[in-house]
Amino acid sequence: MTSSTNPSVTGSALVKRGLADMLRGGVIMDVVNPEQAKIAEDAGAVAVMALERVPADIRRDGGVARMSDPLMIQEIQAAVTIPVMAKARIGHFAEAQILQALDVDYIDESEVLTPADEENHIDKWPFTVPFVCGATNLGEALRRISEGACLIRSKGEAGTGNVVEAVRHLRTINAQMRRLHSADANELYALAKDLQAPLALVQEVALAGKLPVPLFCAGGISTPADASLVLQLGAEAVFVGSGIFKSEDPARMAQAIVEATTHFEDPSVVAKVSTGLGSAMKGWETATLEQRLAERGW
Amino acid sequence: MKRVGVLSLQGDVGEHVSMLEALGSEVVKVRTVEQLNSVDGLVLPGGESTTIAHLLGTSGLKDVLGAKLEQGLPVFGTCAGLILLSTVVLDGRSDQWSYGALSLSVRRNGYGRQIASFESTLDVKGLGGVPGVFIRAPRIESYGDDVEVLATLDHGDGTGEHPVFVRQDRVWGASFHPELTGDARLHELFLNSL
Repeated sequence: MTSSTNPSVTGSALVKRGLADMLRGGVIMDVVNPEQAKIAEDAGAVAVMALERVPADIRRDGGVARMSDPLMIQEIQAAVTIPVMAKARIGHFAEAQILQALDVDYIDESEVLTPADEENHIDKWPFTVPFVCGATNLGEALRRISEGACLIRSKGEAGTGNVVEAVRHLRTINAQMRRLHSADANELYALAKDLQAPLALVQEVALAGKLPVPLFCAGGISTPADASLVLQLGAEAVFVGSGIFKSEDPARMAQAIVEATTHFEDPSVVAKVSTGLGSAMKGWETATLEQRLAERGW
Repeated sequence: MKRVGVLSLQGDVGEHVSMLEALGSEVVKVRTVEQLNSVDGLVLPGGESTTIAHLLGTSGLKDVLGAKLEQGLPVFGTCAGLILLSTVVLDGRSDQWSYGALSLSVRRNGYGRQIASFESTLDVKGLGGVPGVFIRAPRIESYGDDVEVLATLDHGDGTGEHPVFVRQDRVWGASFHPELTGDARLHELFLNSL
């Protein structure tokens, strides 16, 4: 056995996608201060998303939603040992540069914040920090991957406490992947055109039957049953935004969703953790929403 | 044929399962005591050590696995799995517990946060060059005499060589993720030891 200084590479696709692999089967929780971050970590969260207002409050308050104050992000980084993610506005590469300089573990280029560019998303390849992006369908997911996203989350409709849009988006992405997987090689060119996605990625999905990066679910998950539902629909992990800290007993809700995510195939465990939880967040009927965040991003 | 379990509470379970299946093992995803009781060896995957530790507690597996480790169950831990098998965990949560099956002191995120995560080639005893993927990896700071060091890494930060792949009797640990690469030789070593 010999060893000298081993040359090493940072920021490779394998290293960036690798952290997403480590988050599989876990719950990523939105937190707005170090106290909430501790509650999340205590409950078994795999990561926290540091932001100033949870989506339900952004929706209520209106105005321009931007990247969080670096001080708040640093306080949360100091409070927990698990990965800390933060959000940048769609297309706002300067916010992303700042978040990378702050040493956050993941950047969410998120429709929950007010978009900064109505045509272009961030070119994510030059960054060392990995990015997660939302998608409502397979074409959108593949466009984000072509820009360098290392993790895709189905968008759902953030801040509503209503899982219906998350289900719609997951089912759409899965159905489109099944279509590609069963397609003849000759059909992939036209399918790529329909999906408005790069041919090479379309061919990769057709061969593998799945995305080249993990697929998580976000937007409206607010009970252990919701988590079990989306995992059974093929999500590999869940983001829970307003659903925890807008519920009656956040610490218990957080723990219950963590357990339901692990034991999603065992209804007896999901039943047990759902028992006597107190009320979930009140929520919104999405049909009556004035603003749909999922429509942001293209 | 030996039955190998992969602890499936959280983490990159799928990669370990595929690798072990490709090597011809019968693989069991372990979430319950019953499943744990059915295996001849167990892999502790990468993931978040605080989350996996929490779920070991709530699933009732924590003490059963502890007893099995004492009885000599062969176990291979990668990254978070290595942390769970260690004796001392530095920079962890104040209530972070571990099994103490490997006489190691490990520092969580000892190579830095995600931006510092890296790939390197490791020289593994008996195997030669093996790709190493380190994701917010733990660093082995010190180890006991009963630990056999099978690979080290000098990260060029002035602290010299640190072990990255070790074995102590029937327990194996890697601070990196062999399961994220196409190289199954470390898993093969573990399977051959069963």
